[in-house]
This record gives sequence, C-alpha cells and structure tokens, in this order.
Amino acid sequence: MSFPQPKPEVPQLPQNLLRTIDCQQGAVRAVRFNADGNYLLSCGSDKSLKLWSVSRGTLLKTYSGHGYEVLDADGSYDNSQLCSCSSDKTVILWDVATGQVTRKLRGHAGKVNCVQFNEEATVILSGSIDGTVRCWDTRSRKFDPIQILDEAQDGVSSLKVSEHELLTGSVDGRVRRYDLRMGQLHVDFINSPITCVCFSADGQCTLTSSLDSTVRLLDKSTGEMLGEYTGHKMKGYKLDCCLSSKDTHVLSCSEDGHVYCWDLVEGSLMLKLPVGKAVVQSLSFHPSETRLLTAMEGRVQVWGAD
Amino acid sequence: MMSDFSKNHEPLRKPVPLYEQTVKDEKGRYQRFHGAFTGGFSAGYFNTVGTKEGWTPATFVSSRQQKAGRQNARPEDFMDEEDLGDHGIAPRQITTTADFASGRKDVIRDKARAITSLSAPIPGDTVLEDLVAPARSSMGVELLRKMGWKDGQGVGPRVKRRLCKQRADSATRAFGSASPPNGSSESQDEEDGEFVPENVTFAPKDVTPIDFTPKVDLHGLGYRGLNPLAALRGGPGAGHINLFTMDSDRTNSLFGEDRKGQRRRGGVAGQGFGVGAMEDDDEDIYHRDIMSNYDTVLGGEEPGNGLYGWTAPQQYNRKKKDHSKDAAYLGKILEGFTLASDKLETKTVGIFPPPNLPRDFRPVHYFRPVVDLSSVSPMVAQALQTSRGHMAQEEPSKGGRHQLDSAQRRELLGEATLQGADCSLYSSETCRHNKMSLLNPSRFAPHAEQQQQEALSVWSGPTAQAQTGQTFKPFERTPHKQARYDLYIDQLKQGDRDALELSLDPTMTEWERGRERDEFVRAALLYKPSSSSLSCRFTRGKQDDGVEADTVEVTRDQENDVDDKQAAVKMKMFGKLTRDTFEWHPDNLLCKRFNIPDPYPGSGFVGMPKVKRDKFSVFNFLTVSESPTASASPAPQGNKQSVPLYPDTFYLKCYREEFQSVGALTFIVYYQIYSLFNLITRLN
Repeated sequence: MSFPQPKPEVPQLPQNLLRTIDCQQGAVRAVRFNADGNYLLSCGSDKSLKLWSVSRGTLLKTYSGHGYEVLDADGSYDNSQLCSCSSDKTVILWDVATGQVTRKLRGHAGKVNCVQFNEEATVILSGSIDGTVRCWDTRSRKFDPIQILDEAQDGVSSLKVSEHELLTGSVDGRVRRYDLRMGQLHVDFINSPITCVCFSADGQCTLTSSLDSTVRLLDKSTGEMLGEYTGHKMKGYKLDCCLSSKDTHVLSCSEDGHVYCWDLVEGSLMLKLPVGKAVVQSLSFHPSETRLLTAMEGRVQVWGAD
Repeated sequence: MMSDFSKNHEPLRKPVPLYEQTVKDEKGRYQRFHGAFTGGFSAGYFNTVGTKEGWTPATFVSSRQQKAGRQNARPEDFMDEEDLGDHGIAPRQITTTADFASGRKDVIRDKARAITSLSAPIPGDTVLEDLVAPARSSMGVELLRKMGWKDGQGVGPRVKRRLCKQRADSATRAFGSASPPNGSSESQDEEDGEFVPENVTFAPKDVTPIDFTPKVDLHGLGYRGLNPLAALRGGPGAGHINLFTMDSDRTNSLFGEDRKGQRRRGGVAGQGFGVGAMEDDDEDIYHRDIMSNYDTVLGGEEPGNGLYGWTAPQQYNRKKKDHSKDAAYLGKILEGFTLASDKLETKTVGIFPPPNLPRDFRPVHYFRPVVDLSSVSPMVAQALQTSRGHMAQEEPSKGGRHQLDSAQRRELLGEATLQGADCSLYSSETCRHNKMSLLNPSRFAPHAEQQQQEALSVWSGPTAQAQTGQTFKPFERTPHKQARYDLYIDQLKQGDRDALELSLDPTMTEWERGRERDEFVRAALLYKPSSSSLSCRFTRGKQDDGVEADTVEVTRDQENDVDDKQAAVKMKMFGKLTRDTFEWHPDNLLCKRFNIPDPYPGSGFVGMPKVKRDKFSVFNFLTVSESPTASASPAPQGNKQSVPLYPDTFYLKCYREEFQSVGALTFIVYYQIYSLFNLITRLN
C-alpha cells in the first residue's frame, strides 16, 4: 500500500519581525548564526563580540580582546570555539565557555574583512584588505599560516569555505574558487567590486553580490550566469547577501534600509522587509529553518515565518 | 516620653522591688531559701535532703532481698535529640540484628573488630575470633529448613525428574541439565522396571558456584602464577616451574581441594628427607637413584624416531599416542582447550616454486643512476647507455689509483661536474693582454693544429657542459659571426673534430674564412670555460637584485585579456569568456586539515606554478635581432637599428607587464615611443 506523496510545502518567507535586540555594541558590523542556529554572534564596532540566544534574545557572553572594530565572526561546528577578525589585522580564536583568547593570529597587513572555520574547525581562513587569504592551523601551536593565497589583485572582501573548496570575492572584480581536491583555481570575472560571495546548499552554484547593485547566481562548474537579481541599492558599502536554507530564495541587504528577497528561479522580487531607515549592514539565514537575522546600526532583528 | 522599646526591642519592665522578689511553691506558700541559695532550688523537703518518698533514692534496691538489675547509665541517656539525629555523635539506625543478619559483611561489626584488634593482646591478630566462631546458621537457613529444605539441595520449585536420569546426570556432572521429554520418560520407566509413582517431585539440583571473579590483572590467559610449595620444594620433583599449568594457587583456592602429596614447604626435600612416620606418602623413602636419570652426553635427545625398535604395525603405537596426545604436546595447552583432531590443510596454492634462472644470470646488481643524459658529459652518457651491470674491467691507470687527480676520478665515477659560475679568473689586464695577443697572431707561437686540439679538449670536457646560460659572446656586434661561433662551440661540446670547418660560412672568401678560423680557435681557447677548482667555489647569488636582474618570476598561467572579459560581462555572456582555470597547488598540511588527498603529492611548491620570464622592456626591442623586413632592405641599411613589427596586442601585453612593474607614467612614455616608431617604420 503506497501512501500519496505529501504535498510539497510552500516555501515560507521570514516576513514577521520576531524580536529586536539592542546590542549596545556601537554599530553592529556583522551578525551570524552559529552552526546549529540556536545562537547569534554580533560583531560590534566597540571591539567586542557578543553571543546571544536567539529564542530568548538574552546576552550570554561578551568576548573582549580585539584592538579595533570586529568585522566578522564564525562558530565551530561543535559550538566550542569562535573565531573573529578585526580591523586591528588580527584573527582571534576564542574558547566559548571560558571566554578566553586561545590564539591571536597575526600576519595580515591590513584589516581582516572576513573569517570562517572549515567544516571540522581545524583551519581558520581569513581574507584581508591586503589581498591575501591566509589559512591558519587551529591544531598546532604555530603562529604562521599554513598557506597564503595572494592571487587577488585587490582586497578580499568576502570568503566562504565548504568541504573542499574555498570561495573568495575580491575588490578587483573577480570571484576565485580554489578547489583543494582537484588542485585548481577558477576565476570568474564580474567586473565590479564584489561585496559578498556564498555557496548554494546543493553545492552547484555560487551567489555573488557586487557594487553595481546586482546579485548574480553563477554555475559553479561552467561559470555561466543562472540568475540576476536587481532592485536593491548597493553602491558603496560592503553588504551581505545569502540564500535561504533550502535554496529557494535569494536575500540581500540594501542601502535603502530594506532587505530584498527574490525567488531564485524566476528572479522576481517576493519580499521587501522594512528594517529601518539606515543601511542594513549584514544578514544571516538560519541553517535549517526559516529564520533571518539582520543588523542595522546598533540593533539586530530576528525575522521568522511564524 | 521615652520609648518603651530598648535596643533589643523588648518591652521595658518595671523594676521589681526587693520585697516582691519571692518564690512561691504550687500552693502559694513561700519558699524559704537558706544560706547561699538564691536560685530556684528548694532546700529539700521541709529543710531536709529528702523527698516526699523519703531520702532513699528511687533506684536503690536492697541486695538482701533481690539483686538489682545492672542499670548502668547509658551514654544515650545524656544525649539529646541533636546527638541522636543523623549528624550527631550517636545516630540511630535501623539495622538487622545479629540473628537475622545474613552472612554478608557488616560494616559496623567489621569496624568494631578492627578497633578491638588494635587493643587486643596481639594487635591485629584475631586469633580468638577465628578459633571460637559461633556455630550459628542464619535465619534464612533456619527458615528454609523449616520449609523442608535439606543441605545439598537446590532452592526453587520442585521438578519432576526420573530417578535414573538423576543418577546419570550426577555421574556425568553436566551443568544445567534439562528435564527429559515426557515421551522418553515413560519408555525408560518400562525399561527399568522400577515402579516410580508419577506424582513424585524432586528438589532441584543445587547450583554449582561459578567463579565470577573478573580478570583484572595483566597476565596472559591461563596464567596461574607460582605455587610457593612447588617453588620452594626443590629436589628432583621441582625443575622447570610452569606458570601456565594446572597446579597453581587459583585452582586450589577455587575448589579447595587438598592435593594429595602436598609436600611440606621449605627445607631440604628429596628422597627420604622429611618424610615421617605419620606422612601419607612414604613411597620415596627407599627410592634409589638410577643413573639413567642423568645424561652422560651433553645435549642431544635420544637418536632415532622414538620407536626403540618397535616393528609392529604403527597403528598400535599411534593409538597410544592419540590417547595421550594432549600430554605429549610439548607446548602449553590453555585451560579448557584441547588439541585439534584433524589438521589444517596447507593450501597448495600458497606454495610457489622458486623462479628458473637464466643460464647466464649473475647475481650482481648495478644501480643505474637516474641521471638526465643531457646534463652529463657525452662520455658519461655513453658509458651509462652501454653499461650492462657486469663488473667492468678496470683500466689500470698509469700510476695506480692513487695517482689520479680529481678530474680523472670524476670521469671514472661518472659524476657530473660541480657547477661553477662563469667568473673569469683573469684580471682585466690579463684580459686585455690576451686580447692584444689575439689581434697580433704573430706573437703567438703555437701551431694552429695544436690550438684546435686544445680547443676541442677544453670544450668537450665535462666542465664545459656545466656552463649554463651566461657564456661570453665574443662577437656580439656581428650576429652572423656570433651565430657561427656558437655553432662551432656547440660542435666542440659534442666532441666533433671538424667543428671548425663545419661552422665556417661557405659564402665567405678564403681569406675571410681563414681569418675567422683563427679567431674562433683563439676565442675558444681564450674564453674557455673555467675548469679550475676555484670557479666551483664561486656561485651565483641567490637573491635577484630586482631591478638589475634580467628576469622576474611571474605565474606561469596568465589571465586572458581583460577587455574581452569586460565586453563579455557587459553582454552578460558569462561562462567561457569570463572564466579562467589555473593549476593551483594546495599545501600538504592544508590538505591534511581538510581531510582530502593531496592532488599534487610530489610537487615541491605551493600556489600557482611560476616561471622566470624576461622583464619586458622596450629597450630590449631596440637591439640585436634582425627582422625579416630589415633583411629585405639592402646591405648598407643592415646596421640600421629598426624596431621589429609585432601585432598590437603583443605590445599591449608587454606594456601591461611594464605598467604593472614600473608605473603608469612610464607606460605613457613607452606608448608614445611605440607609436612614434610604428609611424616611422610604416613610413619607411
């Protein structure tokens, strides 16, 4: 006896504002979900990194140690470590429970724009305005990076790591995808400075947003453009973009205070979240549910479908 | 009005005057205090130390009439609730009394015993308790007895079992025997002829205690340990003490049996010693030692196959062996295991015969050096190619092997020469002197033939091969001549004897050729590669000086044209036009951390592969090479320096390189020059 196929769920959009958190950190430069989506990391311009609970909206811990604005952060898969990068050219590896600095990794020649753990949290990858991406080893006690990738001709604004690939977006208008398994580097020319790159969940496409107010979806293997999303305003600031947890929608920040949400396949604008009046600096989508975090000025907003 | 409340928040009482400070008893009569008594105690009973009952204390019993029970005051009488509580000094617990207590350890009792043992006459030794143990059975046993249990029976519901089966079971000592099926029981009943009533049940068998002590030590399986009796026994009964045999402490302790013939410990044991009248085994008293117990020959077992002349069919012998196979097995059999009855078949597939050797095979291996044939001298290369690995006949050198110099040794060994830099050891004066002598051939005496030979020997030697790149070009001004000279040198390197003749230009006149011949020979001799050992001590500097260096490292794979890409992006034609793929080497440690195999395990570098390229400079184009267009023009214009014509994109690319390395300003300058020259040549 075979049961009828369940009706495919209508993909839900995070259109309801569930909570606003006043971070008290100056300006929030980046907001990130942790690996399982229960916690929130907010990087502030007052040199602090804060860990919040998403469901309750309470502050759990503050991590101080950077010398300048914290620009990006990431949590390890087991929630035991955090890494953060700052305008003070350092990358710091934190122990979550104690709040202590495990490693302070120096080496970059300019402010570090983006940082991420790899899947097993054995390597920290950081991209900086000096045009290099450095791969730091968390296991050993060495302070030198394992490898320095200096192919970019201008600053690296964004990077993402997957199982065996590293995706970097640079201000020189190129998206570079380093395939560690094949030993190849693929360069896609976009012609305008790139602000954010990300992988799709199925690993077939990459999303890039650039300063010509366009978000492009490119095929990973051939480099062809699968979709182009416009309507928002991204002319001067480094703003984030992302895909929803099931790759159904493309979301992007905008300088006009809204978050734009397009349907991935059709490219039509589905939702325009009114966050505020100032520039929406950063956003992050929950890894599995329909939940969105946005950061604007000093506050973080939590959006959901319910 | 002062407040009524003091610091202690107690209401203030009016002070009691002296005359009202009296004590009345229950009936309202004044109590009288005598002397020091100002407290609440009364001075007895009507001024006596008595009570209503009289002076005798209530606990007194006259010993004439009856003995008073010993009613000592227990410490518990003086304790209060706190002391008797959980955390007091005498907490009260509900425990089983000794009658009902089981045989398990009683913590308090053990503690008490420990304490008393300390204070006993012999501290620590509970001799008395061991000797005089109360013979009591626990209440559980009593209850079982009352319910019909007897010693040796099992505990549980009664089972129906046949009498004969029970006997058989006890004989084989099988564990956990199941009750036989009812069908067979009836048949057995008839067979036996015994009349057993059907409604009789029997008690279940008692459980044989299984030793559940876990193995917590680190000994091997089957390890027993030393039996001190055996170890200290001495005598011929001892000998090799086997730690893995049955006689050990473990089995003894488990089953508790007393081994027959347990020798007494220590002392000089042997035949007749220490065996008294009361001992059980006195078989060894009259034992006489025989010489056959001792060897007369060192080593060696008895020869033969152990048959000792047994000529009867082997099966009898073998049967005997089969019975005692276990005992005959010299190794150690683990407890619970026995030798297998059928042997394992050896795989016939696994045995391979040795290979058949060829007739002329000689077991000498010569390791061929993994050497690129072009980097060693031609003689070495030839030697390598022809060598077959047999031990070569060594040529006896003139003075023996001690009279060789390093160059000869090098040749014999077939090593490549040390790469020395091409630094001339001649000072500038000597250079000039030599050049002068070159111009005046009359000054130089040696025969031309000899010179040629010298040149050949110098250039074809192994040292010449080591020269890379920057060799001196004596005829740089005249490229044709230089080319011929290069040809001559190459042929010299290859050891060609007719190098000189072949490299001369046949179109030139005889006189010109002769002149060139001499010039080439002298140049070859003069600018010979420095084979002296000093050149080997000098080497090129590692750090490129940057601006002065001719080459720069660039990535091998270059991006395609940016303009094309920009055009593609404008047209939104992403894909092949906008994508570049390069070879990129990740670090080995990075691959390890990402848990992926290294795609280039043998590569020595990291990142993109780099090559040395000449730094493109416009001035490079303004010298030397003749373009096809220039050669078409008549000879007088041959010396005119013309710019070769290349496609525009090539220039742009070069200029881009230049731009990257030099700067925007110079780029503009070069572009002007380029356009000017282009104009000029086009006009021409």
